[in-house]
Amino acid sequence: MTALAPATPSVEPLATAPSLPRRMLGNASLMIGLTLISIVVVMALAAPWLSPHDPYAQDLGHRMVPPLWHAKGTWAHPLGTDNLGRDYLSRVIYGARISLLIGVSVMLISGLIGTTLGLVAGYFGGRVDMAVNFIITARLAMPVVLVALAVVAMTGGSLMVVILTLGLLKWDRFAVVMRSATQQVRSLDYVIAAEAAGASRWRVLMGEILPNVLPHLIVVATVEAGSAILLEAALSFLGLGVQPPLPSWGLMISEAKQFMFFSFWLIAIPGSALALLVLGINMAGDGLRDVLAPEGRA
Amino acid sequence: MLIYASKRLGVAILVALFVSAVAFVALRMTGDPAIAIAGEGARAADIEMVRKTYGLDRPLFVQYFDWLRTVIGGDFGQSLYFKTGVAGLIGDKLPTTFIVGGLSIIFALALSVPLGVLAAVYQGSLIDRLALAIAVAGQALPNFFFALVLMMIFSIQLRWLPVSGSDTWAHFVMPVIALGYYVTPPLMRLVRAGMIEVLGADYIRTARAKGLSPASVVFKHGLRNALVPVVALAAVQLGLLLGGSIVIETIFALDGLGYLAYQSITHKDFPVTQAVLLLLSLIYVLLTLLSDLLNAFLDPRMRVA
Repeated sequence: MTALAPATPSVEPLATAPSLPRRMLGNASLMIGLTLISIVVVMALAAPWLSPHDPYAQDLGHRMVPPLWHAKGTWAHPLGTDNLGRDYLSRVIYGARISLLIGVSVMLISGLIGTTLGLVAGYFGGRVDMAVNFIITARLAMPVVLVALAVVAMTGGSLMVVILTLGLLKWDRFAVVMRSATQQVRSLDYVIAAEAAGASRWRVLMGEILPNVLPHLIVVATVEAGSAILLEAALSFLGLGVQPPLPSWGLMISEAKQFMFFSFWLIAIPGSALALLVLGINMAGDGLRDVLAPEGRA
Repeated sequence: MLIYASKRLGVAILVALFVSAVAFVALRMTGDPAIAIAGEGARAADIEMVRKTYGLDRPLFVQYFDWLRTVIGGDFGQSLYFKTGVAGLIGDKLPTTFIVGGLSIIFALALSVPLGVLAAVYQGSLIDRLALAIAVAGQALPNFFFALVLMMIFSIQLRWLPVSGSDTWAHFVMPVIALGYYVTPPLMRLVRAGMIEVLGADYIRTARAKGLSPASVVFKHGLRNALVPVVALAAVQLGLLLGGSIVIETIFALDGLGYLAYQSITHKDFPVTQAVLLLLSLIYVLLTLLSDLLNAFLDPRMRVA
């Protein structure tokens, strides 16, 4: 029995590990997720060319036309029309714009707030950490849906209000994850080395710490974008989010709710669109976590 | 343990005070109470008199502590829409929400613990993948859409359950499934991860080596240890669930706190909104406090934080 076994075997897997692009291509969850997201992104960007009709044009002569798979479906309206005779396919396509806009903007606002708080708390520690931790705890104690509904009700709903409200409310997970990730990196050799070399705090935070906690940040960002999209849909569904006639998927479900017993497809179509987009985002997030940080699965 | 507990309690009280201050300021921002009391079309002099008699001309933080005293005494003021005391109104609705919340957590645990254990024991198998698929789908499905689909299947097609209301136990079935399903994924992932970690531990190897039956190893030695963080997370999830029940209660017209909150918001009945917000926050603070203390009690390593 030798007390000092050579440590070479632990180096080997690193050397033979496939490159990042190859690992990404080999991850089924990531690929399916990215495919679903790309479909929605194409829908959003090319909406004017893809949609057969104006999503706001009402045609009261052709109300509640059923979709193609029904006996009475027509090619003029592949997904049918709603109670005002608006083409459902066009509305679903334009709705992709709203969901993506919400997901990305809320993620950017809340990501900026949360990442700043988390980085500062994790790097400086001590009282700063205590203060940030307190803010996080207080924020978590307030129910997001209730606060968001109340704010929208007071200020009057608009896309801008919904984005700002959710952005200012949903930074908590960014802060929690960034804080603990920074704490793990904070006393590693390269950070100490940068500090010893006389780098400014800003430089250490931005140049040394941020790049090394980036994988965690990307994973949280995807999950949070998905959750923001679901929240907007829920707010709009309750009538206190995006206002008509905007084709938000949540609002479409809300408007069709009273007809769902006879025309279930009116809620099934936007509901599935919503579920598929969020499924894609979550699968991409799961895949990214495995690809970027194989050792840090939570 | 005592030091940790008192520190943790101190933080909880501070958070509760902070949230109450936010709720107080938020209500003030919705309108001048002096104008509301004096009534519409009151003269400026009357409003000024009201402001003096009700003490609304004092500094805001003095008013806040004044308000806090009445709130702690259980007086939340009058509802503008329902025209009754807010405290009594909430007292009527609270049991419904607690029943739905409690049953939903039980439903979620009943689903996530067996699935998580199976997924961990047969890691990488078909069951593991199925459990993961359920978790991923559960997180992607909008809960209001899921609720409508349930309604369509069980109320309209099968005619087994009533569409909305809160009179009998049958009214609670769909809300509990819709809410419980939503918190199942995080719980299941935690059970699975915990079980995988525990099953790799030395004492499990010892238990196996002693010749104990696989069932005894998994349940008596494994699950018991893996469940500790799950119970703590379940407490936190219960808090989130009560806050999130507003959507589900509104869909099923279930007469609980969430539906009350929705009605108060749409009717601009801000005293009620404020009271519900305060109450839900306090419940969340209390649940996280309990969960942290439970964790620290069961696992001394947690007491450092």
